[in-house]
Amino acid sequence: MSGPRATARARPIEGDRAPRARIVLGCLALALVATALAALMTGATGLANPEAIRLMLAGERPQGDLLLMRDVIVLADIRLPRVIMAGLIGASLAVSGAVMQGLFRNPLADPGIVGVSSGAGLGAAAMIVLGGGLLAPVTALFGGHAVSFAAFLGGLATTALLYRIGTRGGSTHIATMLLAGIALGALAGAALGLLVFVADDRALRDLSFWGLGSVAGATWDKILTAGPVIALVLLLSPLLARALNALVLGEAAAGHLGVNVQRQKRLAIVAVAAATGASVAVSGGIGFVGIVVPHLLRLTIGPDHRYLLPGSALLGAILLIAADTVARTLVAPAELPIGILTALAGAPFFLWILLTRRGFSLG
Amino acid sequence: MSAAETRRKGGNRKAVALIAAAAAHVSLALSLSAAWAGPGDDLSQARRIVAIGGSVTEIVYALKAGDRLVARDSTSTYPPEAQALPDAGYIRALNAEGVLAVTPDAILALEGSGPPEALDVLKQAGIPLAMVPESFTAEGILAKIDRVGAALGLSDAAAGLSAAVRSDLAAAMAEAAARETKPRVLFVLSLAGGRVLASGTDTAADGIIRMAGAINAVEAFSGYKQLTDEAIAGLKPDVILMMDRGGDHGAGADELFAHPALALTPAAASRRLVRMDGLYLLGFGPRTAAAVRDLAVALRQPGSTAQ
Repeated sequence: MSGPRATARARPIEGDRAPRARIVLGCLALALVATALAALMTGATGLANPEAIRLMLAGERPQGDLLLMRDVIVLADIRLPRVIMAGLIGASLAVSGAVMQGLFRNPLADPGIVGVSSGAGLGAAAMIVLGGGLLAPVTALFGGHAVSFAAFLGGLATTALLYRIGTRGGSTHIATMLLAGIALGALAGAALGLLVFVADDRALRDLSFWGLGSVAGATWDKILTAGPVIALVLLLSPLLARALNALVLGEAAAGHLGVNVQRQKRLAIVAVAAATGASVAVSGGIGFVGIVVPHLLRLTIGPDHRYLLPGSALLGAILLIAADTVARTLVAPAELPIGILTALAGAPFFLWILLTRRGFSLG
Repeated sequence: MSAAETRRKGGNRKAVALIAAAAAHVSLALSLSAAWAGPGDDLSQARRIVAIGGSVTEIVYALKAGDRLVARDSTSTYPPEAQALPDAGYIRALNAEGVLAVTPDAILALEGSGPPEALDVLKQAGIPLAMVPESFTAEGILAKIDRVGAALGLSDAAAGLSAAVRSDLAAAMAEAAARETKPRVLFVLSLAGGRVLASGTDTAADGIIRMAGAINAVEAFSGYKQLTDEAIAGLKPDVILMMDRGGDHGAGADELFAHPALALTPAAASRRLVRMDGLYLLGFGPRTAAAVRDLAVALRQPGSTAQ
């Protein structure tokens, strides 16, 4: 278990790590392609057959040959959306984690910690429990997307509230936001408890499965609703890298370096809220990716956000695609909720970070 | 089907995967609209069926059609032969590809099976899906048997089973109703964290307690909810009823009655705890008449019993 510990002292960002970081990023990109292909090839129905792959790429559905049609449907409507979804969610969770950690200058920050996930979760739970009653109009309006929409709204509303609480006289106090986030998380937890109380048997079971998180519900529909939001955040995240690097030195120093601290903070918070809301909306609660992935990368390529953010996206995607593939093949024909797997791998790792925290820093 | 046939004559469409998927979805939705129309859905030729829901699986075996099953869900634990079949997961968390992996030619699913996305993909893959309605009454059981029989093309066998189950249930319920005591029963779903999660009305537990000629001690709410400790004493249950399975469900009588709130109940004074197998007690299938008899006896016996 305990290997040699990385001696991460607070160091300024150096140039000599750059070539190595580029090599690592290149390897991660290749690994992502390999993982995605492997995930697409494997599943409960066995290895994909070449003819089915050819037909899928051609966008054709064989008529008459029922077995072949099934293979094509498995590839095009089950595995492919799942792989894409797992990749997007994994990248989104890891990048959100990395951005939050930079923003709060704390290696253990995570969208969960500032209540964004709780807010999104509360939105979804409200829809699951009240979708047939109090919130029926919303169900009528959004149909199958009602739960996702509610989660997204819950995440954004929580963030907006946090931001209002944490912002005084034009500057955002990160510490205040963090504390407010913990309070809002507790509030959301209480509201969730209330919902559990009024939930009927069926909603209760939905809630418990939703809480464990799963990419199982991946459909092209969901990818089209949540995907663009997540993709946009991922593509824009490199714009935050310079500001996050400067923030390591503290806000005042970052300001002296010419960073518009206030604007960058606002951008980072909105980006995380959007990505987290969209992720929680489609996959429920998947824990620990946002903490484990950036930390692993800091140990490997150092703390420079120019490499850390894209690296987190790649490694997050790899890990979640791999975890989802295990989840859907290990106990086939049944499947495990992916949240169980990420928590099983992530929680001990989290403890290890805590235990070795002395001497650890972001720099 | 004819409408779907004419649609399918379009042959190979060259289009992007999404459009093809949508088109396939539409044509299959047309061919499957019959499947949702209820009893018109025909699985009579199906020989590789996936059964979802414990009571549905039991009915299939009771109709002597167990050899036509190739997989089941995790709630299908009876008869023992069913446990030898591959497990396609929990009734509400089915894995679409896992179900397709057993190359089924039909799915027979209890109401509440899901998630909807998984069922949609299975329908898209052209697998006929017959839904079986669920309700916690004697009539509900008969309706399930009729539905499963009609779907499997075994209406005659189902009529026979249905008649036998009907008279058996009527007799069991009449016997139970004729007993002079009407014990107040508290069904405890779980004792996790020392908090009592109990059944109100509109649940399988409530249904079976009524059929056994007893009174559900909780009438103030429907579904399963946690009770406050003070309220438990006020409910004055004569008997505690629990499922017999692992985890906190296996809480022994000693542990149960050590609970400060439950210790104040008449049930604790006479140490009356009844534990029964979950599917047997709450499944509402062919064995329910027997479960009603066993429960009616157990609820009126001194001391604790486990079936």
